[in-house]
Amino acid sequence: MSATTLSHATSPAKDPKVAAALGRRRRQVALAVKAACYAATALGLLLLLSILVTLFWNGFSALSLSVFTTVTKPPGSNGGLLNPIIGSLIQTVIGTAVGTPIGLLVGTYLAEYDKGSPLANAVRFVSDILLSAPSILIGLFVYQSLVVPFGGFSGWAGSAALAVIVIPIVVRTTEDMLRLLPDTLREAVIGLGAPKWKMITLVCWRAAASGIMTGILLAIARVAGETAPLLFTSLGNLNWSVNLSAPMSSLPITIFAYAGSPYEDWIALAWAGALIITLGVLGLNIIARLALRGRK
Amino acid sequence: MQQAVPVPANAPPGGTARPSALGGRGSGATGDAIFAVACRCAGVFVLLLLGAIIVELFLGGMQAFRTFGLSFVTSTEWDPVQELFGAGVSIYGTVVTAVLALLLAVPVAFGVAFYLTELAPNWLRRPVGMAIELLAAIPSIIYGMWGFFVIVPLMSIYIQPFFIDTLGELPLIGELFSGAPFGTGIFTAALILAIMVLPFIAATMRDVFETVPAVFKESAYGLGCTQWEVVRRVVLPYTRISVVGGIMLGLGRALGETMAVTFVIGNANRISTSLFGPGNTIASVIALEFGEAQLGSLKLSALLGLGFILFVISFIVLAASRFLLRTRLQG
Repeated sequence: MSATTLSHATSPAKDPKVAAALGRRRRQVALAVKAACYAATALGLLLLLSILVTLFWNGFSALSLSVFTTVTKPPGSNGGLLNPIIGSLIQTVIGTAVGTPIGLLVGTYLAEYDKGSPLANAVRFVSDILLSAPSILIGLFVYQSLVVPFGGFSGWAGSAALAVIVIPIVVRTTEDMLRLLPDTLREAVIGLGAPKWKMITLVCWRAAASGIMTGILLAIARVAGETAPLLFTSLGNLNWSVNLSAPMSSLPITIFAYAGSPYEDWIALAWAGALIITLGVLGLNIIARLALRGRK
Repeated sequence: MQQAVPVPANAPPGGTARPSALGGRGSGATGDAIFAVACRCAGVFVLLLLGAIIVELFLGGMQAFRTFGLSFVTSTEWDPVQELFGAGVSIYGTVVTAVLALLLAVPVAFGVAFYLTELAPNWLRRPVGMAIELLAAIPSIIYGMWGFFVIVPLMSIYIQPFFIDTLGELPLIGELFSGAPFGTGIFTAALILAIMVLPFIAATMRDVFETVPAVFKESAYGLGCTQWEVVRRVVLPYTRISVVGGIMLGLGRALGETMAVTFVIGNANRISTSLFGPGNTIASVIALEFGEAQLGSLKLSALLGLGFILFVISFIVLAASRFLLRTRLQG
């Protein structure tokens, strides 16, 4: 009985030759598309590999302890990258420290207060636009609103530009992570008589902590490699300076300047810097994603 | 039954505890008010931030808009010496590189998403997906260096001479592939951009492909469809709006990309018919010429005006992308 239904189901093309030909054609198309998809994925992985290999090939030989301990010097005099590294760290830390609380509050507002009000929808929309807006325009904005009025390029302006980039990243992850929490958790806390702000800060934030941390790590990774917003804000500085009111050096800007120079040793240093920054950024990304996986 | 008794028995102590509970609620109410205001203010701050960006860029560009009027957008002149500024060439370069980048990236991104959702064995999905996402995490300056030192030589020695000798000989489309093989140029910039937006588009496509109910796909497989037929006739029709949204997201990213493009596009203010010719984009012009613009000069105003135009273009693209993606990813 089952045999007859089976033959019935496969018999629309009466002529077995036609049926076979039809099936073969379809299978061939499917096979070709599948092969193309394998190739596309292999291409993507190959590109990542190529970038990493290029960085290691060119950067590893230039990498030495003196890169981390010597400040930038004129070409031919064995300079290092100490001040760009420190400058990048300072600006990244300040940018993150300023942007994170704001982003956290906005994300909380979107997830815990007005979920669907017009104001919340507008905030969510604007935050998403900021997330993908060209970073060079954020640099221009900070130039106009901080550098020009306060009379000069400064580390503060660079940090401010990075903070503007941090905010929407933290908003996105905070809102998403708070949304994952079950409402029963909130009801339980409120049912115990706790005020809403305690529910949010002591229970919701804590329950979503690893997810929110992931967002912060991703934000750090993103701003650590940003070049365009720093061009017109902290400008870069080839001398040792940790004064936030003066132009401040940063790793990406230094790489940009050195890679375009005609000096062999500067180009080598640019590769070393590129390797440092890429390893740092990819490392942060991998940690953040593994942490998130542990959560989900 | 016996356990039910203590509950009412506890009621009087609960009643005596009331004042303290009320006190707790009192401080909770002020705390609540403060916290709610703080959250709302932060939200409004983000709104104002975007508004301030638009206003600052527009005001900064005012001088140029006033001086040149509408011809600022259409003019292809960019002559700092005579103080003639037009955005035509860089708008053209921005749009052409971004669109070319999408033409190159979308098929590959689709392949990756198809692989990750249908073809890959389960244990491979996560690592491969993560590797593709890591491509998105690499800073754009690194893409610039890699493109300049790896892709540009490859282009000038192998790829461009090949196209110039073959397609460049053809009558009509030959113009597109003519010229000297410098390695840099519009096409190289588009190629780097394509690699940079590939992970964004692939990740979005994968996410929306995963929203297709398994029942739909299983029904198609049950009818004897091949994997390709399932994706083409079930998955793509179901997700097509979001797929377009993901592509628009990639377009938005490609439009504003600065550092990588600056390295490889050749930076010349002219519209060349050849794809291998040099050009520039709004972002690359801003990045390169900003250092030479003096405070209060017409040039600085022109650069800020360029920034405003770029902002308007990417705002429209990103808003469209978000509108298209909203329904699917939240539903």
